[in-house]
Formats: sequence, C-alpha cells, structure tokens
Amino acid sequence: MSGRRGVLPGFGLAMGFTLWYLGLLLLIPVGALVLKAATVDPEKFAATITSSRTLAAFRLSFGAALVAACINGVFGLLLAWVLERYDFPLKRLVDGLVDLPFALPTAVAGIALTTLYAGNGWVGRHLAVLGIEVAYTPLGVVAALTFVGLPFVVRTVQPVLRDLPAAIEEASASLGAGRLQTFFRLIFPELLPAAVTGFTLAFARGLGEYGSVIFISGNMPMKTEITPLLIMIKLEEYDYAGATAIALVFLAISFAILLVINALSLRSAHPVRRG
Amino acid sequence: MRNRSRRFALLAALAAGALFAASGAAETTLLNVSYDPTREFYQELNVSFAKEWETRTGEKIAINQSHGGSGKQARSVIDGLEADVVTLALAYDIDMLAEKGLIPKNWQSRLPHNSCPYTSTMVLLVRKGNPKNIKDWSDLARPGVEVVTPNPKTSGAARWNYLSAWASGLEASGGDEAAARDFVARIYRNVKVLDTGARASTVTFVERGIGDVLVAWENEALLVVRKLNPDEFEIVIPSLSILAEPPVTVVDRVADKRGTRKIAEAYLEYLYAPFGQELAAKHYYRPRLEAVREEYAAQFPEVKLFTIDEVFGGWAKATAVHFSDGGMFDRIFEAGK
Amino acid sequence: MKLPFGGPKRREKKGRPRSLNEPPLVRGLLTAAALVFILLFLLLPLGIVFAKALAEGWGMYSRSVFEPYALRAIRLTVLTTLIVVPLNLLFGIAAAWAVSKFDFRGKNLLVTAIDLPFSVSPVISGMLFVLLFGAQGLFGPWLLERDIKIVFALPGIVLATLFVTSPLVARELIPLMRSQGSEEEEMAVTLGASGLQTFLKVSIPKMKWGLFYGVILCSARSIGEFGAVSVVSGHIRGLTTTVPLHVEMLYNEYQFTAAFAVASLLTMLALVTLVLKGLIEWRASLRGEGK
Repeated sequence: MSGRRGVLPGFGLAMGFTLWYLGLLLLIPVGALVLKAATVDPEKFAATITSSRTLAAFRLSFGAALVAACINGVFGLLLAWVLERYDFPLKRLVDGLVDLPFALPTAVAGIALTTLYAGNGWVGRHLAVLGIEVAYTPLGVVAALTFVGLPFVVRTVQPVLRDLPAAIEEASASLGAGRLQTFFRLIFPELLPAAVTGFTLAFARGLGEYGSVIFISGNMPMKTEITPLLIMIKLEEYDYAGATAIALVFLAISFAILLVINALSLRSAHPVRRG
Repeated sequence: MRNRSRRFALLAALAAGALFAASGAAETTLLNVSYDPTREFYQELNVSFAKEWETRTGEKIAINQSHGGSGKQARSVIDGLEADVVTLALAYDIDMLAEKGLIPKNWQSRLPHNSCPYTSTMVLLVRKGNPKNIKDWSDLARPGVEVVTPNPKTSGAARWNYLSAWASGLEASGGDEAAARDFVARIYRNVKVLDTGARASTVTFVERGIGDVLVAWENEALLVVRKLNPDEFEIVIPSLSILAEPPVTVVDRVADKRGTRKIAEAYLEYLYAPFGQELAAKHYYRPRLEAVREEYAAQFPEVKLFTIDEVFGGWAKATAVHFSDGGMFDRIFEAGK
Repeated sequence: MKLPFGGPKRREKKGRPRSLNEPPLVRGLLTAAALVFILLFLLLPLGIVFAKALAEGWGMYSRSVFEPYALRAIRLTVLTTLIVVPLNLLFGIAAAWAVSKFDFRGKNLLVTAIDLPFSVSPVISGMLFVLLFGAQGLFGPWLLERDIKIVFALPGIVLATLFVTSPLVARELIPLMRSQGSEEEEMAVTLGASGLQTFLKVSIPKMKWGLFYGVILCSARSIGEFGAVSVVSGHIRGLTTTVPLHVEMLYNEYQFTAAFAVASLLTMLALVTLVLKGLIEWRASLRGEGK
C-alpha cells in the first residue's frame, strides 16, 4: 500500500471534501429514506413487502436480471474471446460498439428495442412467425436488460484474456491436450473470476434499470411489472409509505450485491499470474 | 497546443452563449398541469388565450404545460410542482389537492357544471372491419379477445374504463356485485398490456399492433380514427358507458403566491366561453355549450350514460372500494395469477 | 475495483501458432455467433433509430431537431451537464487522492459508499430528493416558506443527475492512481515542491487520460439520464424537460419521427463518446501509459 501519511500533503483537504460531498449528496438523502421508512407502520411495511404483487415484482426483477446476466455471461465470454483472439473485418468497430449501452440513453434504447421487437417490428415480425413474442412479455424485460448489461462481461474478461501468458497454452498443447480440454481445464478457470465480476455488475445494473424496460415490458402487475416501476406506481398513487418500504428493501439488497462485487474484485485484483 | 486550446475554449464559450442567449425576456407565466390526452387541445388553447389576454390587458403572458398520468400529475403538484391551474382526468385527483390544503374543499362548486367544462365517455376502438366482432363490454370478457387499457392505479382513463365495465357487469346481472366482479376479472385476464397512461396504451394498440380492442377516451379514439390512422380502425359505441367529467381548478395556494389568480381564473373561464368550447369540440371533447353541441352533434353519437355518483356513490367511495391498496382491483389481479 | 468501461489498454499484435488456435470452422462459427449477437442487440437498435428518424425525410428531421422546445431541452441538458461534470470531477479527484494516497481506517466502507449510487435504481435516486425537498418532504415546508424551488426545477434535475453520476470519475481514477503509486509525488515533495505544485505538475499529468475518461463517461451519463430526472422534473414542456424526457414526450404525442429524430441526436452523441474513448485509448497506448 502506498500510504505513508505525512509525506504527501492534502489528506485533510481531499478527505474533507470527499466526506462533505458524500454526506450532502448521499448520506442525507439515503438517511431521509431510512427515516421515512422508520415512520411507516411496521405492519403496513411488512404487508407491502410480502404482498403477492410486490413479491412478483421482486421475482421478475431478480429473475430477469439473472437471466440477462447469464446471457451476457455466455455471450460476453464469446465476444471477448472473438475480439481478442480472432481477426475479422471491422473488428475495431465492433470492439468500440460494445460500449454503446454505456453511452446510449436508456430511454432511447427502450424505444428502439420496442420498435424492433414488437410484433410488427423488424425482428419481432420474424419471431412472431416462430410463435415467439418478445415485446410485452418477460422476455422483453430480459432483452432490455441484456442490452444494458452487455458491455460488462466483455470488458472485464478482455484484459485478463489479453494478459494470459501463451506459455501455459503451449505447455498444454505440447503435453497433448486438445483445444477444448485446454480451454476448459486451463483458460476458463483463469477467466472465471473476471467473468463473475462482470456478471455481477451486469446483474446489479439490470436490477435497477428503469428507462429501457418500461417501454418494452407491458407493465402488467404480477407478470411484467419490474420493481422500480412498482415503486413509481406506488408514488403515483400517493402511497409514499409503500414506495419507501419497497425502495428500502430493494436498496438494501442492491447494497449487499455491491459488497459482494467489491469482495470479488478485491480477490480478482490479486490473481496469481498478473501484476 | 496552448493556443489551440484557447481557441477551442473561445469557440465553446461562443456556442454556449448562442445557446443561452435565446432565453426570452421576463414575462408572466402560467403553468397548466394536465393529464395525458389533452396535449394537443391545450397547446392550441394556450396560444389563443395568450393572444386574447394580450389584446384584453396588453400584458404578454406565456402558458406552460405539463402532461402525464392524472394521478402522477396530482402527486407532482402536491410535492411542489407550481401549477397555477390543474386540468385533470378525474375529480378524485383534485380532491387530493384539497386534502393537502392547496385548494378549498368546495373547489368543485366554484365553476359551472361541477367545474367540468367538457365531458367525454369511454368507447371501444377496434381494428378495421372489427374482426373479433366486438359489440359491447361483454365481448371484452370473451376468451381469446386481447384487450388494451391502462393501469387504473396510475391512469385516470383507466379508472373510468374500469368503472364502465363494472357498471355494465352490474346491469347485465341485475345488480349482483359478485357477478360484476367476476365479469371485470375476466376482462382484465384478457388485458395484454397495462400501460401507465392513456397515451401509452393508444401507442401500444395503434403503433405496436397489440390487442384486438382498446378501451379509450372517446376523444382519444376519435383522434385516432379521424386524424392519425383514418383507414385502420373503427369506433364501437358500447350499450352503456360512464359520463366522464374531467374537472379543472385554480390552485389557490400557488396562484395567490405567484400573483396569477386573475389570469388563472380568466384562463379557466375561457374554457367555458364559446371559443374554448368550440376548440374542445374540435379536439373531440363533448362541449357543454348548447350551440356548440348542436354544431358538432354528428361527431358525438347518443350513448346511454351514467354518472359515477349514480352507480358508485362518488369518487371517494369508488376509490376506497376499488382502487385503494388491497382494494378490488388489487384483489382481482392477485386472484388472477 | 476495476471499472469495466475500458480503461487504457495496450494492444499487441502477434500471430498465434497453429497449435494454440482453433480450427477455421470453429473460429468462423464462434465469430458468426458473436456477430449475430452484436447485430441483434447493438446494430439493429442503432439502425432503427436513424431509419425512423429519417422516415419522413431531411426536412422533417431538421424541423424536429431545431424546433424551439427541442432547443430548450438541449439547452437544459447542456446546462445540467456543465454544472454536474465539474463538480463530480472535483469530487472524483478528491476521493481518489484520499483513497489511493493514504491509509486510514474504514477505507473499504468509503469506497463502497462512493460506489453506492451505481447500484441504486435511478427511480429511487430521484425519489430520494422528492422525499427531501418535495413540498411534503423533510425540508419541504422550510423551502416553501423561503420560496426556494428545488424539485421540479433546475436544482432538482442537477441534484438527481449529480447523484447518479457521482461515482463515475472516482471509479475511473481510484484504480489508476492506486496502480501508479506515489513515488513521483513523494520525490517532488522531498525535493521541496509545494503540495499544490506537486499536484498540478506531477499528479495531474500522470492521471490525465483517466481524467478524460471519467469526464467523458460522466458527461454521457448526465446527458442521457432518464429515470432519476423523470421523477424530479415535473415535465413542464420547454422548462424542465431534458432531451431524453423530450424524446419521451414526443413519443407520447404520436410524433414518432420527431421522437426518433431527437433520439438520433443522443445516439450520435453516444457514438462520438465511443470515438473519443477510442482516441484516448490510442493516445494512452502510444505513451505507454496506464498499465
């Protein structure tokens, strides 16, 4: 670690400003939420959280985010592999494009995806022939969340794959192992921590996503209503207590996931062969 | 390098200047917070009222508008959105403002016709040729019919829709509440997309091609059939529907604070005046003024209408029974799954 | 904590020996699968925005983009971004300096707190400020008495955007500063440079590219934020509608072509962001920086 306090100046200033900023922007608002939640009648709190509609929204939010993160896990690994290992025309362009979901406003993404995947859209039309409906079904939620989470796994796996020493693959090949065997026995375990970090980030991002989902989901209670939308609806029907209760539980879960990510990335920051 | 960055900074400053110089001179503003489908109507009304006000008083004013689901809009006003006037989809949402002390409890008696300068009703919009042969509310409960309507929790239109369906269920069963509940539950089981606002529902039905029937404001349905997609949809008038009364009021606390009460009151009176009535009719709202009503008689067919007071005993009661947390609507949805 | 959004990287080209590569068929199939995925989830959405935006020709396109309300929305968004980015830049530098140059107790907690907004649903972020500053909120009555408007006005939009984008610069700088260490700074101080001199002459040049990244990311997110701003905006046409909200509004007014036209502006900005990011990576790799 770098800190030898006393040599470098500015600790007080930097720390002071950081804490002041965090306090103003984070602690007070989150504190207000907790305070508000504390004034909610516990019975009402429990009833809101355990109502079947809230549970269905939680289930959809976590389920869809999980499925989307899994899709991104598989295709993210594939993309990272293809982008790092193979050559094809316009590769740089595709590589750059992977970050699009970070830069594109979610509302625009939502409108574009809905237009594309609705029963009369460019893609939806062909899927409809196969009897697959995407827009206005849980599948639509998954599609939107796949979009917003797409860059995470690619971008966490890519650097690891790039820095992977060729020596281990050479050794494996000279010992007579096939490519598939080498991949699953040697390469995959190396990529796994980074992939898991990316997966978790994509999952966390998907949980909170609102803008792109509301356009494509259909918003049916019990079926395609995500948790952030349910919070919004509770707010709109003057049910501040209910909104606060759901928001607090949702926030706590997200925070827990964040702690897990931090623990994971702490571990993957010290892999054996890098540095 | 330094020179270049200085030139760049200058350029950026110029661009920013051009962008911000456009802000106009200080003038009195009025904010009308309204619900979803009234966008086009108020856009036109605002322009002509501003002109009228200028010729009347010489004062230049600008009228701003904000639209969204009726409940959400009321919530925003309660949370501090400074609306001089609100023109919402149903009285209950304005009652909430009264409850929070923004307006007096008797707000609805301050203007003629229960403070509702125009009315509408709920009708059914189907695809050209009516392929599913939808004639009345009962057809919405048929298996295999896909219905599009917004969420009654967030949309005013959706509440009127829900209550119309309920009343029709009551009428068919001779007043049996359980039968009405079952009837409405069957309709909502057919609902394919439950958007948060009336507009979003129309977009879903018209543009995305989802569903066989859209339950909509008459003005919204007429807008689609007359203006947007004349050859693709038709309107079906149900045998019975609700008299939907979207009310308006000055928000006293805001108007008094901002000193805009005079303009705000004149603005609402303008809605009742011949020009406002004419414009409402042009935007497919049923006008109150006899002369205008006769002129537009062809546009608004006779419907057997009931009021919310007759069947449900007013908004407060209807809300408590049907739309509150854990109310009838919630139970229908939780049982449906 | 490594931010997955790029990070300066080095590219090295080298042919792989055959024994370390897959058969051409496998390579082809894998590449095809990856490209189909990219096509379905990235290229087509991108394409449809421009296709719909130009569906009624250039005349309609420029009319939608230069319409007064659209211009006002652009102005609001630019103004918000101009306030938000410098503040978060300052915060990012201060936080990164404190976290990466010094040891103190509770550091992990601080890092997690800095990251917190990233995991908060934007809707909740917006709601937090309504709970605080709304007329029914904690400070509502106090503000009302003094006639200070926060929610449903520019300050609210700025606050919500600040909240959502606050971790972006810090998260970019912390790993960079950590990996760079502080030897140079310590040497400068030992040689008698003042703290400010050390910071300006040594530290800033060292983290220049990371700073650029953070700023680009933060701007992109500020411009595009929808959920949080939607809760605190009040949707007053031309006054509190940012560009993404303007898109939504047009969409709700059946002006689909106009909605997509304005959306295409945002999309082009996103593409510019990606190009800038690529350029920075390239410059950084030329200087062998950012290991």
